[in-house]
Amino acid sequence: MNEKKIAKSIKLVKKGDQSAFEDIVEYFQGKVFAICFRMVGNKHEAEDIAQEAFIRAYINIQSYDENRKFSTWLYRIATNLAIDRMRKKKPDYYLDAEIQGADGLNLYAQIPDDGRLPEDEVESLETQSYIQKEISELPTKYRSIIALRFIDELSLKEISEILEIPVGTVKTRIHRGREALRKKLRHV
Amino acid sequence: MNCNREVTELMHQYLDGDITKDEEQTLRSHLRSCEACQIHFRELKRTVALVTTNVDLQPSADFTKNIMAKLPKEKRRSTVRRWVRIHPLVTAAAIFFLLMSGSLVSVWNQEDQLSYPKGMNLVVENDTVIVPEGVIITEDLEIKNGNIKIDGEVQGDVVIINGENLTASAGNVAGDIKQVDQMFGWLWYKIKGLTQEVFGLEK
Repeated sequence: MNEKKIAKSIKLVKKGDQSAFEDIVEYFQGKVFAICFRMVGNKHEAEDIAQEAFIRAYINIQSYDENRKFSTWLYRIATNLAIDRMRKKKPDYYLDAEIQGADGLNLYAQIPDDGRLPEDEVESLETQSYIQKEISELPTKYRSIIALRFIDELSLKEISEILEIPVGTVKTRIHRGREALRKKLRHV
Repeated sequence: MNCNREVTELMHQYLDGDITKDEEQTLRSHLRSCEACQIHFRELKRTVALVTTNVDLQPSADFTKNIMAKLPKEKRRSTVRRWVRIHPLVTAAAIFFLLMSGSLVSVWNQEDQLSYPKGMNLVVENDTVIVPEGVIITEDLEIKNGNIKIDGEVQGDVVIINGENLTASAGNVAGDIKQVDQMFGWLWYKIKGLTQEVFGLEK
């Protein structure tokens, strides 16, 4: 599946062909899901938001301008939904709450036990959930920037279009977000 | 450790790919001489690597299916349109066939069916409609696809479409006798000719 084929599918969806939307979902689901996951830090919720984003994109497909990049438009819908969700949610870190990045694992499981899993697997899983936890503790505005910058390696200009903020602000936030993460992750 | 913010800024610019050749040179020469900044830079690069490697995030397997099931129902018109778009040839053939068979059937009916007004004491023998002796028809008489033989009396006009008047004498018709089989024959010929042309048949 390439960009050209996607552009064709988008045209078909605009003309009312619902089945062509399946190609679009298949193509973008990984990225959209990953961005949402980085922002909300929970697999179940991320999937919920990603799904909502695709459904909204379908309903509002007529307002998409074909001269612009589809991913920018789609990511904006997804990040707006995720930002809304994060604002509504109070920061809560319960010991039995699901920990970000480790699906199905809670903090009890995070506490080192007798180590039945292979050593490196445990470590990578722990590292991943630790990284996600650190990201989740950043303020919302840095989280969305980090999600967009490090999942799809989007350009500064694209990020500025998605979040509707000036490029200068994007730069500042990436720098500060990266600096904050450096301090949190230097011991990993 | 307290190198100026300018250097840190350059590191970020470098990581963003947003740096000029000169600035990159400045950064490199500073890093060579400053260990603290080297560590800082290494930590930043590692942070980026840590955050970026975790991209094997995938939604559940039935993600797409769930979305497709939740989409609002497509309009019926679109379904037909899509079908037409996917099978243009089949659609064209189907429409053509429908129209052709429709016209053929109507032509067929016209050719075969003898039609005459009912309830007027008319007698039919083979394809000839007979007005028997002693019968008086006060209205107009229209016969399609058949001949007419008037032994009785017709007070109105007689119209014969695609048929002949077999009456011995014209005296017992008060109105006009019109024979339109010539025009019909011409029409019929045209339709038949067109059909043969289209289907490429000999006869």
